[in-house]
Amino acid sequence: MFGPLICKPGASRSNKTGPWRTEFRPKFLKKNCIACNMCLIVCPEACISSQPLALSDGKGALSGQGKNTYDFDPDYCKGCGICAAVCPKQDIEMIKEDPALQKG
Amino acid sequence: MSKTLFNSGHTACAGCGQSMAARLVVDAAGPNTIVVNNTGCLEVFSTKYPESSWGVPWIHSLFENGAAVASGVESAIKYLGKADTINVIAQGGDGGTADIGLQALSGMLERGHNILYVCFDNEAYENTGIQRSGLTPYGANTTTTPPGAGAKSMGNIRYKKPMPEIANAHGIPYVATASAGFPQDLQRKVKKAISIKGPKYIQVHSPCPLGWRHETSFTIEVAKLAVETGLYPLIEYEFGMISSRRQIIPKPVEEYLKVQGRFKHLFKLPEEIKKIQEIADNNIKKYGLKVEG
Ligand SMILES: Cc1ncc(C[n+]2csc(CCOP(=O)(O)OP(=O)(O)O)c2C)c(N)n1
Ligand code: SF4
Ligand code: SF4
Ligand code: SF4
Ligand SMILES: [Mg+2]
Repeated sequence: MFGPLICKPGASRSNKTGPWRTEFRPKFLKKNCIACNMCLIVCPEACISSQPLALSDGKGALSGQGKNTYDFDPDYCKGCGICAAVCPKQDIEMIKEDPALQKG
Repeated sequence: MSKTLFNSGHTACAGCGQSMAARLVVDAAGPNTIVVNNTGCLEVFSTKYPESSWGVPWIHSLFENGAAVASGVESAIKYLGKADTINVIAQGGDGGTADIGLQALSGMLERGHNILYVCFDNEAYENTGIQRSGLTPYGANTTTTPPGAGAKSMGNIRYKKPMPEIANAHGIPYVATASAGFPQDLQRKVKKAISIKGPKYIQVHSPCPLGWRHETSFTIEVAKLAVETGLYPLIEYEFGMISSRRQIIPKPVEEYLKVQGRFKHLFKLPEEIKKIQEIADNNIKKYGLKVEG
């Protein structure tokens, strides 16, 4: 009679919010990025990621994120523009949304 | 995808400061955490049944009883002998904290539960359509404090309730204010709070583009301006005494007010803006916010 009442952790990922973008989408230029991580920290959709650098100190510790490897996931980005506003290197630009690219 | 305990696919408005702050809080607390949520935007946009954005155990009961439910959760964990390995966070909006949930919160603080209470302060009852709360600032336009023609109707006529001081007056070990505009500072405060035993209170200024009527891309900038004008002092109290303050080179309050539609009407009422500048000046004096030299 009752379905399972407890939801799976992170099950909201099945809800693709990409089509919420109306006017703009970010473009990560990947030219002057210093891997400060700010865009990733502040994205309200938790949809920015980066490639970690290869393990470099031989002890298994990550030496930081890779410069110019940050990008966003169009499946979830709502186009708020916060990432572009915080980037200290102006390395993210908000460009016109292309309906053909608008996944979700 | 970086690893987070607060996942994509939630239904907050684009640019929501609360969705950003909530992720920063739970990620700072880590996976051994149980979250109890009051009713409000955060509860609604993160748990659209059968979906959940949370990567930790999370429970919602009512608008006003998050602190009481968390008290029960913490007591159960203690009984099971797991008190030292699991963090309990109770959280809610400003309405759920400073108005309807204040009694439950006060009880939780008074009884000494080992819980971190986080208030996401977006300065109105946003979820039900931007009604004024006890934490709505002076002069703000909300749907229950609409400005009209003439000086008699200038938006919210009451001052923001001093919630951090009310929490501090309970004699608890840790109270802090934080801001979505200073994410690293917020995460440091959460980590510090959970390392301290007993009741803790953190109030996080969390811009709401819908209710504050600002551009979605301004969320961080608006939160920063609130701090940099002296209108939202970032303070830590430990055992009743102020232990840290973020010092500023104060900017005029107009810089904060002019980027938000909720204060737009005030630009026709310069004497009201003067009153808001006085609030900032008093904060700057009271908490010693001004950078010296
Ligand atoms: C007892 C009770 N009264 C009223 C409501 C309706 N209600 C749901 S959310 C909400 C506003 C929440 O405001 P706040 O706590 O500031 O959180 P926000 O939505 O702004 O994040 C109200 C009034 C309710 N759920 N329960
Ligand atoms: S535009 Fe907003 S939602 Fe999209 S990646 Fe940037 S911060 Fe995230
Ligand atoms: S904010 Fe800019 S510089 Fe910093 S990591 Fe992101 S893209 Fe790179
Ligand atoms: S109304 Fe405000 S607090 Fe609620 S989801 Fe929208 S932006 Fe966030
Ligand atoms: Mg609120």
